[in-house]
Amino acid sequence: MKKTYKIDVDCANCANKMETAACKTPGVAAATVNFMTLKMNVEFEDGHDPKSVMEQVRKNCKRVEDDCEIYI
Amino acid sequence: MLARIIIAAVLLVALGFIPIAGWLRFGLYMAAYFIIGYDILIKAGKGIKNRQVFDESFLMAIATIGAIGLAIYEKSGDYTEAIAVMLFYQVGEWFQSYAVGKSRRNISELMDIRPDYANLYKDGVIERVDPDEVEIGSTIVVNPGEKVPIDGVIIEGNSSLNTSALTGESLPRDAKSGDEIISGCINMSGVLKIETTREFGESTVSKILDLVENASSRKSKSENFISKFARIYTPAVCTGAVLLAVAPPLVRLFAMDLPASWETWVYRALTFLVASCPCALVISIPLSFFAGIGGASKEGVLVKGSNYLETLSKTKIVVFDKTGTLTQGVFEVSGIHHSKMENEKLLEYAALAESASSHPISRSLQRAYGKELDQSRAENIQEISGNGVMATVDGLRIAVGNDKLMEHLGIEYIPCRSVGTIIHIAIDGKYAGHIVISDVVKPQSKGAIESLKSAGIQKTVMLTGDTASVAERVAGELGIDQVYSQLLPGDKVEKVEELIKSKPEKSKLAFVGDGINDAPVLSRADIGIAMGAMGSDAAIEAADVVLMDDNPMKISKAIKISKKCLGIVYQNIVFAIGIKLLCLLLVAMGLAGMWLAIFADVGVMIIAVLNAIRALFVRKI
Repeated sequence: MKKTYKIDVDCANCANKMETAACKTPGVAAATVNFMTLKMNVEFEDGHDPKSVMEQVRKNCKRVEDDCEIYI
Repeated sequence: MLARIIIAAVLLVALGFIPIAGWLRFGLYMAAYFIIGYDILIKAGKGIKNRQVFDESFLMAIATIGAIGLAIYEKSGDYTEAIAVMLFYQVGEWFQSYAVGKSRRNISELMDIRPDYANLYKDGVIERVDPDEVEIGSTIVVNPGEKVPIDGVIIEGNSSLNTSALTGESLPRDAKSGDEIISGCINMSGVLKIETTREFGESTVSKILDLVENASSRKSKSENFISKFARIYTPAVCTGAVLLAVAPPLVRLFAMDLPASWETWVYRALTFLVASCPCALVISIPLSFFAGIGGASKEGVLVKGSNYLETLSKTKIVVFDKTGTLTQGVFEVSGIHHSKMENEKLLEYAALAESASSHPISRSLQRAYGKELDQSRAENIQEISGNGVMATVDGLRIAVGNDKLMEHLGIEYIPCRSVGTIIHIAIDGKYAGHIVISDVVKPQSKGAIESLKSAGIQKTVMLTGDTASVAERVAGELGIDQVYSQLLPGDKVEKVEELIKSKPEKSKLAFVGDGINDAPVLSRADIGIAMGAMGSDAAIEAADVVLMDDNPMKISKAIKISKKCLGIVYQNIVFAIGIKLLCLLLVAMGLAGMWLAIFADVGVMIIAVLNAIRALFVRKI
């Protein structure tokens, strides 16, 4: 399953860091962050609840870039 | 933010004029420092807590605190530098977020074809609703000046439509009741009532937006190169900084018997770190692609991903499908020969005999005749598949068809030297002449081939199912280098594969088709370009680049846009890395201070961002 989330982040390198962090989160098959449109596309692995996975993604992203926000 | 910048700047200047010393002086300078930099310090602290050192805030905090520490250590009382550096950095950051925000808005405005509402018409009442809520088969009203929100069929009204947001074509298009209409057009003159045939999410406008917005998710090689580069670069620079701080003093101390002068080298190392941020690269490359894709979509060229834009710029061979791409795919009568009666009369008989058929050739005969056909005049219509038609018209036995039909009927016919499809006509068993029908070359095709050559395309190839004579003539007329004729749809894939094998690895092959029955070829080529795609889902699915209208000039335009965009990408890569390395070198040698380091960080980024925005302006190329 694929979903798109709005994000807020203010530098391009930070967006790349978020992408890496999101990809490493369990339950995420693939994630891309688009800095220009401020969107994150997440593809979830089967059998995972997007909501709880996204909570974890947000946590991991906050760890690498404190300023970011993901609107779940 | 702006307020903090101004307060800190004023404070800094004022402090320069006030002759105070000692702790009060230190306190006042620190106040200015915290005003401008407290958020950076907090961020740096959090970064350390989360074990994310080496980010920008951390570098700035270390560099400025280090500078203050040195000032205290050397008792120089020169705190100005730390504050000025922080101030400069914040100005840069502020300007950068302004520039990025501005360019982001620019591009989104450019792609602003999303309709905000639909006027739902129900039981005589018009209600303004969200386009998402309109069901298939509903009736919507579009007033002059409004965007058509959903695909449908016009059931009432006449108007002209501005399709420039979709196709880049500025000539308005006429629309009348019964016509299909696609979303994203702007209604210019009359009120239109439309019965929707799709949901909003499936409508053209949604598909286009979806495609363009997601395009930058498919990353190009240049972008991947940059992320890989950034991954190696940051640790490398940090190691470099540590070496710069430690190695020279130790060498001086032990090998050269000089004083270590730790403070100089630590200061240089800190400056080195400030200069090192890879942000200019990391932001400007995706931004260039995003702007390029945005600018192209404004011209009616939809590129599905940055990677395709990159491949497109390396295209050296362009393979065309003939029908519908270089020719209009509409057959026209181009000559009537050896007629035993008035040409008009012959055409009338032929058109009447073919009046029941919907074959493209029959249609072209009917169109060429031009007048209303009285179908009741034709009786006993008998279609002989692959050969032609026989019918009784006004009591005369008419046979209309190809050579085979004439041979089959045992009628002697005069072969034709003209190129095209030859339709022989026999009346009551006697030969009455033939009509030549040919596909018409698009008026822009010749110019399109020329402009491809000037865009650096080395070879143009045409594939067609038509006979060799037709193919040769069209190719000769247009100046195409190579022709393969009499191909079945499956053969086209084979030919393209052959061409791909025989070309050098680095030059790419693009295939241009109308997307109707060449989907396999579109996906097999390095780049599949579908044209005339307004409203055709199949083409949008199969191709990598979609031209919204059927003007072949757009092919070279697409290639030129991609070249411009990639040019900017390379400029930015070379510029950003070059300046950065130069600054790092100057800093390491002690020839430049904190100021230049700040320029290397934010200045380079701003220039790169401004350069990236140029990719947006592609109207005139």
